Amino acid sequence: MSDATLPTVSAAMPARSSGRARGESLAVQIVLIAISLAFLLLFLLLPLVTVFVEAGARGWEAYRAAITEPDALAAIRLTLLVAAIAVPFNIVVGIAAAWAIAKFEFTGKNLLISLIDLPFSVSPVISGLVFVLLFGAQGYFGPWLQAHDLKIVFALPGLILATVFVTFPFVARELIPHMQSLGSADEEAALTLGASPWRVFFSVTLPNVKWSLFYGVLLCNARAMGEFGAVAVVSGKIRGVTNTMPLHIEILYNEYMGAAAFAVASLLAGLALVTLVLKTLLEWRYGDVIAASRRH
Amino acid sequence: MTRPVFRRLLRAGLVLGAFSLCFGVVAGARAQTELLNVSYDPTRELYREINAAFIAEWNGKNPDKKIATIRQSHGGSGAQARTVIDGLNADVVTLALAGDIDAVAERSKKLPLDWQKRLPHNSSPYTSTIVFLVRKGNPKAIKDWGDLVKPGVQIITPNPKTSGGARWNYLAAWAYAEKAFDKDEAKIRDYIGKLLANVPVLDTGARGATTTFTQRGIGDVFLSWENEAFLALKEFGADKFDIVVPSLSILAEPPVALVDANVDAKKTREQAQAYLEFLYTPKAQAIIARNFYRPRNPEAADSKDIANFPKVELVTIDDVFGGWKKAQPTHFSDGGTFDQLYKPAR
Amino acid sequence: MTSATTPFRWREPSILPGFGLALGITVTALSLIVLIPLAALFLKAASAGPADIWAVATSPRTLAALKLSFTAALFAALVNAVFGLILAWVLVRYDFPGRRLIDAAVDLPFALPTAVAGISLAAIYAPNGWVGSLLAPLAFKLSIPFTDLSFGFDGKVAYTPLGVMVALIFIGLPFVVRTVQPVLEELQSDVEEAAALLGASRFRTIFRVILPQVLPALLTGFVLAFARAVGEYGSVIFIAGNVPMISEIAPLLIVIRLEQFDYAGAAVVATMMLLISFALILAGNLIQARARRRFGDV
Repeated sequence: MSDATLPTVSAAMPARSSGRARGESLAVQIVLIAISLAFLLLFLLLPLVTVFVEAGARGWEAYRAAITEPDALAAIRLTLLVAAIAVPFNIVVGIAAAWAIAKFEFTGKNLLISLIDLPFSVSPVISGLVFVLLFGAQGYFGPWLQAHDLKIVFALPGLILATVFVTFPFVARELIPHMQSLGSADEEAALTLGASPWRVFFSVTLPNVKWSLFYGVLLCNARAMGEFGAVAVVSGKIRGVTNTMPLHIEILYNEYMGAAAFAVASLLAGLALVTLVLKTLLEWRYGDVIAASRRH
Repeated sequence: MTRPVFRRLLRAGLVLGAFSLCFGVVAGARAQTELLNVSYDPTRELYREINAAFIAEWNGKNPDKKIATIRQSHGGSGAQARTVIDGLNADVVTLALAGDIDAVAERSKKLPLDWQKRLPHNSSPYTSTIVFLVRKGNPKAIKDWGDLVKPGVQIITPNPKTSGGARWNYLAAWAYAEKAFDKDEAKIRDYIGKLLANVPVLDTGARGATTTFTQRGIGDVFLSWENEAFLALKEFGADKFDIVVPSLSILAEPPVALVDANVDAKKTREQAQAYLEFLYTPKAQAIIARNFYRPRNPEAADSKDIANFPKVELVTIDDVFGGWKKAQPTHFSDGGTFDQLYKPAR
Repeated sequence: MTSATTPFRWREPSILPGFGLALGITVTALSLIVLIPLAALFLKAASAGPADIWAVATSPRTLAALKLSFTAALFAALVNAVFGLILAWVLVRYDFPGRRLIDAAVDLPFALPTAVAGISLAAIYAPNGWVGSLLAPLAFKLSIPFTDLSFGFDGKVAYTPLGVMVALIFIGLPFVVRTVQPVLEELQSDVEEAAALLGASRFRTIFRVILPQVLPALLTGFVLAFARAVGEYGSVIFIAGNVPMISEIAPLLIVIRLEQFDYAGAAVVATMMLLISFALILAGNLIQARARRRFGDV
């Protein structure tokens, strides 16, 4: 059974494919593009340019030295490690949450969605603080942890917990509206045709929501790597040990090493380029799927 | 048709995750004698030099008890005290004011309450004071504290609620007013109120305030640690700013202390104690003076460094305010004089 | 189809499997990561005692800070909703040089540590910055109805409440774009084409056909951008000025209380913020659920 035989509600039209009947006049297009660009320039691109200009202020050698210095490398390693644990966790939970919420009707659904959103509205300062309240030396579990010689805050587990907390809603939040708007007719049809539940999930649901899953993971990962406030509270800021990239940047900046600070920051800003590559890759990879659903 | 792709991606992700986990665990598992010095913001440059000198000296004398490295953690003094209270296992704390180490002693009970008596000079191996940094040529003709309340003078200081240095700023201004107005409480309050009304931006930390003044071009005068002011001249060019020394300022004593419970747990007491005592040695005192802090033992330092420090009448917090234990609640706690007198003009 | 065979009364029956597993994972993770830690926060706040809680909660400074945080976040989210929608539309529908790069750059506010964002924005919008120096001569009177955010614009952005808004617009933008974008990408073109064939003007098609379909996602993006903006700390403190009663945000008050080792007081302010945001999120989600039923996407 190939996917093309399944009824797909979302006739995933490749973006920008058909100009007829859905396009605006060229003038309107230009105006809209100009508005977008101006807005982006003011709020997004100028800060980005600042980062790269400052990063390059002292030349390539200084840039290279800043990002290969042992403490910087330790920070990069730590940031990648934290993201490598926090992001997959949130992908699994996010998919589970989206499945439960989008595919079923049950009491308390809006409450559940709102609870999932909650970490967004919690100030980063508090996101870190709650774990200190729980696991710090004066916290509710502090004495017990100390008695068993376990460390959570000011160590890796605390960094991971704070990061998971901050990025908790991203995947679910991207998937839910999309899965809701798709409905569950595809899955029901596949089940009726005898596909196993996992196969339905992997062959029908996942391909349908790949874009929102992709955006969700991107945002989740970007935020996991860039999080500052929450991590600052649980890190202890020990150079070379519990310093993540954002904390390392702050330290460098505070040491009047602005160029070095922005050099490390430019690495994080470079994540946007990774986004670009991944997206192109995904579009290329799924070219056949899109084509298949178009034939339909 | 699409399933294998996702499976493959999933598998790749799992392998990557497991790999990085192992990597992290291995990286975290080195065990050598390390000291952790939890300090406040402006001391980064100072302790980098001190640490290198101490490790060289200690490892030369004690080849069997070598110290691999001294880890540093820097941040706002109060926030740093809080991380130690909440369980960061610092061997030594070197903070901006005694009040913060008092808080560590009281709340974590990891060091005795009379910690400040354990080392010479109130456990402060160096001192500093508060000076004014103004723009080159001093266009607003700011000479002393009295000039700060003139209309149209913009003052940059961090927020005393979040910055230890700013608390010294505030107390220095208060000490001046107390002398100038002969302890007339109403006039002192009027003066401080006017001074605060001239503050357009309250940064949360000393370095943030330095940036606001030097890079963003906000303000006419920056109330600053003496060492920060010298460092700003060094970093941004002596042709851009001038240091103005007021007629009277406060003797800031940033103290250091051993965190007993932590060094005993980590078995690093000997090294940590030696580290703190090292701060009082001539070698360290010379480094201290080179980093623009006032050494306790000026003879040990390079006379050129000592000549940098302007003569200024200094009062102590114990004389004027009865120590931190009194000054903190009176001025900076909720509803203290800072809260009462800060009436922003809209 | 394991768990679906035992339907609970509180949910409508469905032939789809995995409800128990999915909800189980969700609720467990939610409890461990979010709810238990936040319960610790409530517990801490409660330990302050009613009199202190009341004193902290009703102090003029707390109220002023909450008002600033919520109004600035609201306007930032509105700006983001409008421009984010346009941006998502442009990115999905039009082709122009640099489109892909811009598409990628949208995630930047997340990837860039908030402190870096704050420093960069402050540098740009300060009176001596690239934009700030251009704005200085543009002083004009600007007032926003129904709020206290009315000010004679004196040409300053950084270190004013306007600076707070700039930072909040920056950090909230990706929420709107990234929530609207996937929906726009898979919008069913047949309805749109039908509308056009039936003679509806392009304008009418957009407002009557496309917008209703995008609305749930847009609302989600708006709520998320808003919620995120309310609590933002790192980027705002560099550009806000932090003057009590004027440009002091609520998260800064929390930090100030922490500096005094007043964990309970900090928890009280945090809890207030949390409850207000939660009520707003819940309201947003309820509106959205209703909108979805009304427009009946599927």
